[in-house]
Amino acid sequence: MDDSAAKPAQTFRIETAGGAPRIAASIAVLIVLVLALLPMVASRTLVQDFIFLFYMLALAQCWNLLAGYAGLISVGQQAFVGLGGYLLFALTLIGGLNPLLAILLAGVISALCALPTALIVFRLRGAYFAIGTWVVAEVYRLVFAQIKPLGGGTGTSLTSSVTSSVPGIEQVRALLDVRTPAARDIVSYWVALTLVVATLAAVYFILRSRRGLALGAIRDQEAAAAGLGVDIYRIKLAVYVATAAMTGMIGALIYLQKARISPDAAFSVLDWTAYVIFIVVIGGIGTMEGPVIGAVVFYLMQRYLADFGAWYLILLGTLGILIMLFAPRGLWGLILNWRDVTIFPIGDG
Amino acid sequence: MLLEVTGLRKSFGSIVVADALDLVVAPGEAVGIIGPNGAGKTTLFNLIAGGLTPTAGHIRFDGRDLLGVAPPARCRAGIGRTHQIPQPFEKLTVFENLLVGAVYGRQKSEREVAQACGEILERLGLLRRANALAGSLTLLERKRLEMARALATAPKLLLLDEIAGGLTEGECGELVATIREIRKTGVAILWIEHVVHALLAVIDRLVVLNFGRKIAEGEPKAVMQRPDVHQIYIGIEA
Ligand SMILES: Nc1ncnc2c1ncn2[C@@H]1O[C@H](COP(=O)(O)OP(=O)(O)O)[C@@H](O)[C@H]1O
Ligand SMILES: [Mg+2]
Repeated sequence: MDDSAAKPAQTFRIETAGGAPRIAASIAVLIVLVLALLPMVASRTLVQDFIFLFYMLALAQCWNLLAGYAGLISVGQQAFVGLGGYLLFALTLIGGLNPLLAILLAGVISALCALPTALIVFRLRGAYFAIGTWVVAEVYRLVFAQIKPLGGGTGTSLTSSVTSSVPGIEQVRALLDVRTPAARDIVSYWVALTLVVATLAAVYFILRSRRGLALGAIRDQEAAAAGLGVDIYRIKLAVYVATAAMTGMIGALIYLQKARISPDAAFSVLDWTAYVIFIVVIGGIGTMEGPVIGAVVFYLMQRYLADFGAWYLILLGTLGILIMLFAPRGLWGLILNWRDVTIFPIGDG
Repeated sequence: MLLEVTGLRKSFGSIVVADALDLVVAPGEAVGIIGPNGAGKTTLFNLIAGGLTPTAGHIRFDGRDLLGVAPPARCRAGIGRTHQIPQPFEKLTVFENLLVGAVYGRQKSEREVAQACGEILERLGLLRRANALAGSLTLLERKRLEMARALATAPKLLLLDEIAGGLTEGECGELVATIREIRKTGVAILWIEHVVHALLAVIDRLVVLNFGRKIAEGEPKAVMQRPDVHQIYIGIEA
């Protein structure tokens, strides 16, 4: 839907629903640059906080593509976070691979595992699909709890030879004059930043493509889209597999950073799905901007309120429900009502 | 024949909404369907377009049995439809709504179909709304968008479900002129309509449905004059 689609003979001009893409692109590049340079000046805590923010945002973008566009309300994405994490451990500890290569491979293998998983859960509709994805994630958890070389039910840790084999740590240590653990965090930060930018770019380009047109149609009126020739099953399968790959890579990165894994943590529905759904819902489902806003809000709440324990969770839940009831388009929807702006011009208003 | 429906039956539990239906449409032909509310007209469209599966009977289209063929494949085979209650993609622009049908229904690239989409918008008087979000359209515009989107798929058979309701006399005349033009391009039409005078201005043949059954069929004016049909027609108009 770019302007080049309009041939000279036409008397009309096709615009995207977006405002000023060039300005938005410049701002985006600027933000990424600032974020890339941030570890030079930021404290180690802030660097760690940002890693958390980055991977929650990347997970949220994936879930939003899945649920907000393709209508696949999965509550089992922790299956791929855990799978990615365990693959990282297996490939580095047992396979002896470099961690960065292991992250990429974790993505590929997650996609391969997503195919047979989809054949099962895609037979289910609506609420049964959601429950099905959860059950599958539990099966994944139970399977990994049986694998003794990876610590079975109690889990295992990465050796320091693995965690320090990530390329760049030595250079960062020398260059910024920090100690090795801090240098490791900074390298993880850059990997996380790369991954979140890659995820945003992937989602953006998927939504701008032919597929994106179909996904927008499926989001708005699935049956009508089918009647216009859109192969719903194929597109949903493609989205499910693609998000599984991205989620698997994010999982691998998360557990490279944590350096310790256990089945209960890696396949946690609260950490890797409930919080992610919260982010997407409060930000605004079915838009790319929503999860960005949601992730920032979630990070701030986590940062300043998590000490309140159970009260924090009650607050999260209450906020989520209030937004669903009174602002179903999320915070981004509220902003749109107030001002007509779009950051990612993909024609979703 | 382009469309051949034989012995079609559809029941929801104990309610039968299509019963022993036979219907044919020749290439380029225009056939009208009338019948009271709840007669099963929309259900018939859903069965032809693939949204519903028949309980019994067969539907052949363009020489091919449609049993087990999913809606997207039926669209690509040449069945385009509108919905009685418009179903626009609200957060896409009007032009993008057409692109969905053109790109996926015809299996072409956006570039190849952009021109055709523009022409369809022009024909349906939606060109100046091309860049508006479909969610912002009025009911009349939404109905036009339904037709534009179906046409964008380059159908051989166009299924129209009550598109003239609520139009003024002038708008109705325009609609009739538009549908006549579409016919000239060789598209066959199956049109469900309560506004009988609009229907009669276009169609070659009229089918009357009641309680899921075909109770009359033939030359439109002759069919309308049958006492039993007249009875039902008075019910519809009232
Ligand atoms: N999915 C469904 N489940 C149960 N009953 C249905 C369904 N769809 C339609 N019906 C019933 O079938 C009958 C015919 O409906 P419809 O085809 O919409 O009639 P028409 O378009 O002629 O007004 C109605 O009584 C309606 O309530
Ligand atoms: Mg109807």
